[in-house]
Amino acid sequence: MNQAVPPGKTLLTPFNIISGIILLIGGIITILRFTQGIGAVTNLDDTNPWGIWIGFDLLCGVALAAGGYVTCAACYIFGLKKFRCAVRPAILTAFLGYALVVLALHYDVGRPWRLPFPIFVSQGTSSILFEVALCVFLYLTVLLLEFSPVVFEWLNWKGARYLIGKVSMVLVIFGIILSTLHQSSLGALFLIAPSKLHPLWHSGYIAVYFFISSIFAGMSMVIAEHMLVARFLHDKIDAEHNIESNTVALGFAKAAAFLMAGYVMIQIIGIAMDNDWKYLGTGWGLWYLTEIVGFVVLPAGFYAVGVRERNVKLIRWTSFWVVSGIVLNRLNVSLVAFNWQLPLDQRYFPSFMEIMTTVFIITLGVVIYKFIVVRMPVLHGHPDYPDDHH
Amino acid sequence: MGVLHDISRCIGCRKCEAACNKVNSLPPPDRPFDDLGVLAHKRRPHAGTYTVVNRFEIPNRHSPAFVKKQCNHCEEPACVSACFVKALKKSATGAVIYDPSLCVGCRYCMIACPFDIPAYEYDNPFTPEVTKCTLCQPRIEKGLVPGCVEACPKEALTFGTRDGLLEIARQRIKDFPEKYVNHIYGEYEMGGCNWLYISPVPFAALDMREDLGITPAPQLTGGALAAVPVVVSLWIVFINGIHAISKRKEQLAEEEKKAAVAQGIKTEQEKLADTVAKLKEKARADQEAAVKREIKKALEAADRQTDETEPALESSSRTPLETTPAGKKESE
Repeated sequence: MNQAVPPGKTLLTPFNIISGIILLIGGIITILRFTQGIGAVTNLDDTNPWGIWIGFDLLCGVALAAGGYVTCAACYIFGLKKFRCAVRPAILTAFLGYALVVLALHYDVGRPWRLPFPIFVSQGTSSILFEVALCVFLYLTVLLLEFSPVVFEWLNWKGARYLIGKVSMVLVIFGIILSTLHQSSLGALFLIAPSKLHPLWHSGYIAVYFFISSIFAGMSMVIAEHMLVARFLHDKIDAEHNIESNTVALGFAKAAAFLMAGYVMIQIIGIAMDNDWKYLGTGWGLWYLTEIVGFVVLPAGFYAVGVRERNVKLIRWTSFWVVSGIVLNRLNVSLVAFNWQLPLDQRYFPSFMEIMTTVFIITLGVVIYKFIVVRMPVLHGHPDYPDDHH
Repeated sequence: MGVLHDISRCIGCRKCEAACNKVNSLPPPDRPFDDLGVLAHKRRPHAGTYTVVNRFEIPNRHSPAFVKKQCNHCEEPACVSACFVKALKKSATGAVIYDPSLCVGCRYCMIACPFDIPAYEYDNPFTPEVTKCTLCQPRIEKGLVPGCVEACPKEALTFGTRDGLLEIARQRIKDFPEKYVNHIYGEYEMGGCNWLYISPVPFAALDMREDLGITPAPQLTGGALAAVPVVVSLWIVFINGIHAISKRKEQLAEEEKKAAVAQGIKTEQEKLADTVAKLKEKARADQEAAVKREIKKALEAADRQTDETEPALESSSRTPLETTPAGKKESE
């Protein structure tokens, strides 16, 4: 990081100290995990085979990386040129998100060196997880290519930059298709376990729920991310990005408000289809309503008000609310409402080391994000490529 | 092939557990197999334990019921359809067989299994495996019956073909309707199992779920998988269509802008030409008027001079008169 620090400034900033400590703890847990086994660091057991490394790192990581394909679609497919400044930060977030998802999977699966097996060795095509694996693999490749112009501009590799610019539309379209399949298939993973997932969360529409919610999750992430970046890395943002970020916030908030309303509608249809009304009166129903009303209906209303009154500040704060709602939904599906019939003493709660591993991976993402945006033309244009972003 | 477990005959002696441990060369248990104290708690299969017997106290019944728990070797197994590397396969004998050489360790099979059977070696850092009952496939291939069936002292376990076992089960229920509930567990559950159960008490009282339904697991995800090619092909059309429309709109806007600019320039140019022409016209008219005025002035001046010089004309020369035409010529 020394390149980013002007001479005379210390490396011992609060950010560096805290992230350093977390990375150190993460390193120790990593050694434990890979020498002593999964059982040594997690609370996973035979009845609860998936913990927060899947429920948070994978499911939330992928949902919150949706900003990449959503912004690309808005800018390049729907032709909303004013969203162009949001494309690069969103692709960076998506790329890092997916890369960290794959990293987290290395901790979670028993034999991570076999992760390429489903694609290259033995294809279990009847499994939804096969679809997930294939999409993660392909989309990570697409994101790497979509982000590569930034690196090429930084390194001043004009030829490579020119070539990648030629295929950018193909990458965008491929990325949207893969994301659609992938976001939805993460929900479809749970179709096979109707006896374990609570009926209010288990639905034939769960794949659609995951896909639709990923769109407004991605939009909210783009809005929220800009707020954080504007606060902590404001010297890296050029004027154009700052001006356009308001347009992006207003545009995405409006779209997200509509999508969230639609999402609530299909949730209601899902309950009607399976005739799950009777569960609404139970404790689980209360929890379900908390998720749907408290984290979808209400923030959707706040988005709508924010758009009507052109209150970007309100929209930005609401975006964090929506993001936490998505996290709640994914955790509910994978952990809270999963195995809901088991007695409490057989339920799962993450161990300290599991939580620290997740914190470690998030910190790693933040550090890499900062490293990149400080050096590369992400939040500001490159002087040689004034109005091209792909 | 399969096994029929007659719960009414089971006495919970755990001999099947011991035999299973022996024939599969599993690690020795924490507590010996003749220690029946372990029955105080409900157990499930774990790494190194393919099968367990549980005891259930039934209200209004003088003796407890014992149920053996192990892989049910489903006809259309959830775990097999869930495995993304085909590490689990349904073999011709009916056994669901695990191949550790392919397993990545994602544990989706454990999520998928409605009976909570597959277990994982969480404490093995380098070669962890999923563990579960094999129906003693290696013994079946040698013409032997599964270890647990052979060991059972009460014939609570019967090995045979699935159809044959169903017949036996039906016969027993028919012969002793007061002894059994009229339900062969595993006949239809999750599309049917190769391990079948008959019981003197409702299965729900034995922690055996009766709400699993009769849909085979692969059908639960079949729809989502079938949607993949549809989504891919439709999305290609939609995305390209929307892209083309927005491109075309942009193009039209651009063309309209250009046309409007061109039209504007044309109008302005015409206006300019018009103004220039008018100005030219006006200039010429002014000039002519000026000339006319000069001529008029000159003529008037000449007239005046003529009048003034008239009296003198008769006495002097006519030179001033002659100069006037010369002045006129100059002004032209």
